Amino acid sequence: MTLYLQPKSIDEAVKALSENSLFVLAGGTDYYPARVGKPLDEDILDITGIADLRGVTENNDHFHIGALTHWTDIIETELPDYFDGLKLAAREIGGVQIQNAGTIAGNICNASPAADGIPPLLSLNADIVLASTRGEHSMPLAKFIMGNRKTRCASDEIVTGFRIPKPAHPATSTFLKLGARKYLVISIVMVAAVIENDNGNIGAVRIAVGSCSAAAKRLHMLERALAGQAITAGIGDLVTEGHLNQLSPINDVRGSADYRRDVALTLVRRALEELVASA
Amino acid sequence: MTEINFTLNGKTTTVDANPVRRLAHVLRDDLGFTGTKIGCDAGDCGACTVRLDGRQLCACLVPVAQANGAEIVTVEGLSKSGKLSPLQEAFHLYGAAQCGICTPGMLMAASDLLDRNRSPSEEEVFDALGGVLCRCTGYRKIVDAILHIGNTADANIIDPAVGEAVGARAAKLDGEQKVTGTELYGADQAPEDALWLRAVRSPFWRATFSLGDFEPLKAKYPGLVDILTADDVPGLNGFGIYPDVKDQPVFADGFVRYRGEAVIALVGDAETISEIRDDELPISWQEQDPVQGFGPPLAEEAPQLHNDYPGNILAHGATFKGDIDCGFDESTTIFEESFSTGFVEHGYIEPEAGWARRVGDRIEVTVTTQSPYMDRDEVAIIMGLAPEDVRIIPTACGGGFGGKLDQTVQPLVAIAAWKLNRPVRCTFNRLESMAATTKRHPSRITARYACSDDGKLQAYEFNGDFNTGAYVSWGLTVKDRVPIHATGPYYVPNVSAKSRAFFANETPAGAFRGFGVPQAAIAHDALMDMMAEKTGIDPLEFRHINAIRKGQETATGQKLESAGLDQCLEALRDDWHAWRAEAEAHNATNKTRRRGVGVGCMWYGCGNTSIANPSTMHIGLTADGTVTLYSGAQDIGQGTNTTMMQAAADGLGIALDQLNLVCGDTDLTADAGKSSASRQAYVSGNAVKLAGEDLRGQILRLANVGENATIEFGTGTLTVREGETSREIDLSSLPKSENGEVLRGEGYFDPPTEPLDKNGQGKPYGTYGFAAQIADVEVDVQLGTVKVLRIAAAHDVGQAINPQQVEGQIHGGVAQGLGLALMEEYIPGRTENLHDYLMPTIGDIPDIKTYIIEDPEPTGPWGAKGIGEPALCATAPAIFGGIYQATGVRVTQAPCTPDRLRAAILSNKA
Repeated sequence: MTLYLQPKSIDEAVKALSENSLFVLAGGTDYYPARVGKPLDEDILDITGIADLRGVTENNDHFHIGALTHWTDIIETELPDYFDGLKLAAREIGGVQIQNAGTIAGNICNASPAADGIPPLLSLNADIVLASTRGEHSMPLAKFIMGNRKTRCASDEIVTGFRIPKPAHPATSTFLKLGARKYLVISIVMVAAVIENDNGNIGAVRIAVGSCSAAAKRLHMLERALAGQAITAGIGDLVTEGHLNQLSPINDVRGSADYRRDVALTLVRRALEELVASA
Repeated sequence: MTEINFTLNGKTTTVDANPVRRLAHVLRDDLGFTGTKIGCDAGDCGACTVRLDGRQLCACLVPVAQANGAEIVTVEGLSKSGKLSPLQEAFHLYGAAQCGICTPGMLMAASDLLDRNRSPSEEEVFDALGGVLCRCTGYRKIVDAILHIGNTADANIIDPAVGEAVGARAAKLDGEQKVTGTELYGADQAPEDALWLRAVRSPFWRATFSLGDFEPLKAKYPGLVDILTADDVPGLNGFGIYPDVKDQPVFADGFVRYRGEAVIALVGDAETISEIRDDELPISWQEQDPVQGFGPPLAEEAPQLHNDYPGNILAHGATFKGDIDCGFDESTTIFEESFSTGFVEHGYIEPEAGWARRVGDRIEVTVTTQSPYMDRDEVAIIMGLAPEDVRIIPTACGGGFGGKLDQTVQPLVAIAAWKLNRPVRCTFNRLESMAATTKRHPSRITARYACSDDGKLQAYEFNGDFNTGAYVSWGLTVKDRVPIHATGPYYVPNVSAKSRAFFANETPAGAFRGFGVPQAAIAHDALMDMMAEKTGIDPLEFRHINAIRKGQETATGQKLESAGLDQCLEALRDDWHAWRAEAEAHNATNKTRRRGVGVGCMWYGCGNTSIANPSTMHIGLTADGTVTLYSGAQDIGQGTNTTMMQAAADGLGIALDQLNLVCGDTDLTADAGKSSASRQAYVSGNAVKLAGEDLRGQILRLANVGENATIEFGTGTLTVREGETSREIDLSSLPKSENGEVLRGEGYFDPPTEPLDKNGQGKPYGTYGFAAQIADVEVDVQLGTVKVLRIAAAHDVGQAINPQQVEGQIHGGVAQGLGLALMEEYIPGRTENLHDYLMPTIGDIPDIKTYIIEDPEPTGPWGAKGIGEPALCATAPAIFGGIYQATGVRVTQAPCTPDRLRAAILSNKA
């Protein structure tokens, strides 16, 4: 018989993690699919009983999204326009059943290259907050995800949430997902973008592309090129193939590397045009 | 074990369970709530959707521990005090349930939506139900039902008067049990003391292996009762659908030909057999290089798969008519093109499942199947028993589409139950269902079509290769059926159509809705479009000119007596011209999102090819006045339980609700043949009609009245009226047969077919179904994505026995055709789950307009022909035609995925 622990607090959880090698389970939407026809024989730390970890809270200079916040919570919580991209991503994850069970931290910790939650959080400049018996610390999300299914989450840590800094200017955001069917589809490419509007010019822009490298990536070169540009239609034309050089897509059953590069360019342009049109 | 408490459908419930177990398994196995179905255990299909604290969730993704303190509602909790909820009633009346396996999940998702939003839009229904896959209905009737809750009138369901059952939109007779979750499928029933069986499958595409000592394993796992190997097969360790070809072993004997092939089976308690890891087993493997794809198996010196088939060639098929050289010489317009398609997965949401028990010297197998009698005969050979000593009891079938014709769990549980003398059950998980069972044949086709200036077809040359995978399965049928249908439903004077089926170390390809005809349709209809364009004739009119008509001869020289393709095209003509014009207008101002409308046509011979495939039906009358149809025609969702009863009612001349049904049990029903090849409505429909007429004749003779008399059954009595006279027959006064019946009608029908000669000439089928479909699509040319906006489908079914069921078949076929066209490709070893293998979701299927054309078939019951397969075959060509109008790209590879289409658009520009 394996262990199945259900802590009620973060302290309890990290204590258990410091004492045992445990698999952290929340919504189960990645755990069970990986074990079809296989034994369920890991020792489990089910953290869903920790009420503090769920929900979005606003603070002075940032928002905090709890680790156990479901995608449905994101959809149903009233949030500034800045979060529209994250909400759009939430609606595109699996079907409603997955949105009702899957948690934001689970999506990030599973660290699939095609995780729909990662590009929007990157575009929101999110920091991830981790806890262990050694204390709490945070780091940029981009640093946390090291690659395909690899993160910097230590074996004695749990993710407690995400810290989203408030933008310096009024900001809008979007998320575009390309898949081969409407629902329940793994992304071929997805793009999240945020534009901060500094009196008609781009105060800041953050663009992240998923499914085009081992981990979703921000397009820093492009962001620098766009900074200060006027927010007007046609902005997409400023995006060149070269701006996507840091992506390293692969060939798989969902699409070729060339195709991914090609449509990523289109989607980045469309995302920017969409934000400009709505600004 | 942990004690877990929750409220289940309003009742406080306690279970003692391993906290990490999936809630879906605990609901079903521990609590007996089998209304919640399991399709994938991975959140990919939504069949197990329940509501937990009001929210829809996949119960396969919920550790039962998380249910502690929760309020759970399953499908069993929807109806109150035995009355269907308005949602269930709408599903029932609007035909939203076909096989019914996804229905509980659909209902739970819909109930979640409706509790939050009383009058949802279509888009909101899509969003709420997007997480539940359905493979039968094409979703449209599900959407209809939800949008019409409380409105029972618009369903137009009627309770037919005596003599008017055929053609009536009668409610599905087994519909209520599907919407209440009480219908029992393959995995829903087995005795409590049944052992579980798990097949251990080859991890290699080609390998030899040897088995070591299993005693240490048995010692380590006391719950492991037995390990079955090839040595445990009592009879022949081989099966196959042809009487003389039994090439596929139940358990591989030292050599495996594909990854997923069963090697041994573990039998024990559920926990033990799932706990044992494959790498603990004493199997030593010697992997070999597999031969795969279209080139390597056919290369000289290629390693062979089977000794009996040199060069890895299974067989050749051919149809020759006229003189094609002459035909091409005399033509002014000639196009040649090559086409390819991949493996396609059936994707029924119910995995293979069943159980067996030994009853004395007989074996009984209760199983989900499309073919009870073929199962009986196969199991008999494997068990070394007489066929009569095998009893197959079919459960409700949660979708088949050709995939539940071959042997899967049947021999495994039969051998185990026989040997251990205990009931043994087995349910495939989704991964093994996909890896182990048959697929649609991948194809490589090169074809050349020619016509004269006036658009009349002159010659067709077709060469098609079909990969049948590791075993024969239905490969011989595909290689026969394809050349017969290769030209498409057109009159062509000169034809040379050749097919070849070969083996490869890949998943076996077998029967799948169409048996090669959908692949051939992609080729012939692309060429039709090309010729139409060259000759300057509208694509629909080009087909109308060439549509094969009644009285004309097919490529096999068969003169048709029912051929409604011209009428199908006429029915679509107005939509076609309007939609084409709309698309052109749209394209005048849109460069990125381009519209296009295409047309596809098909035909399909109903029944097995050039062989006897009879059906026998009985209708029995007992002394208490009970009339029962004994039907061996397995309902796999297509509705034969209802349509056979409609045919029986009219054959006999009584009200539909006076009839009872016993379906499928081989001890109780006669052989009606397989539910495949679109044959049941035509073949078994005839047998039922004849059985009804036979019984009616006996009754009328008994009452000494004429043909026009009416019959009515009361308790223990039978009243026959003719004009003013009325005669009551005391049934108890009649002699009883062994089975307690006082009268029994029998009907037998075998389609009138003839064998084909060496040139493929003859009469392979009794009749053909015809169809034309048009598809309006929108292509995002920058992304290569295709959205199908609407479809209109006209189908000549001879006579619709039940129009609602016919529409349901068309919708479901269109959805599968759309999948074939745009997204479905099974890549062995890579897409063995329902998130990498994509089938259409509710948001992918557009509005489907149906036109039912009835060009009666003289040999059909009331003129009826089949619809199962015809529904699928025309869709992909229609979509591809639309893509051509939108982009100028001629699609030659299915599926036309976004990356392939984008590449084609780019190379077209260059």
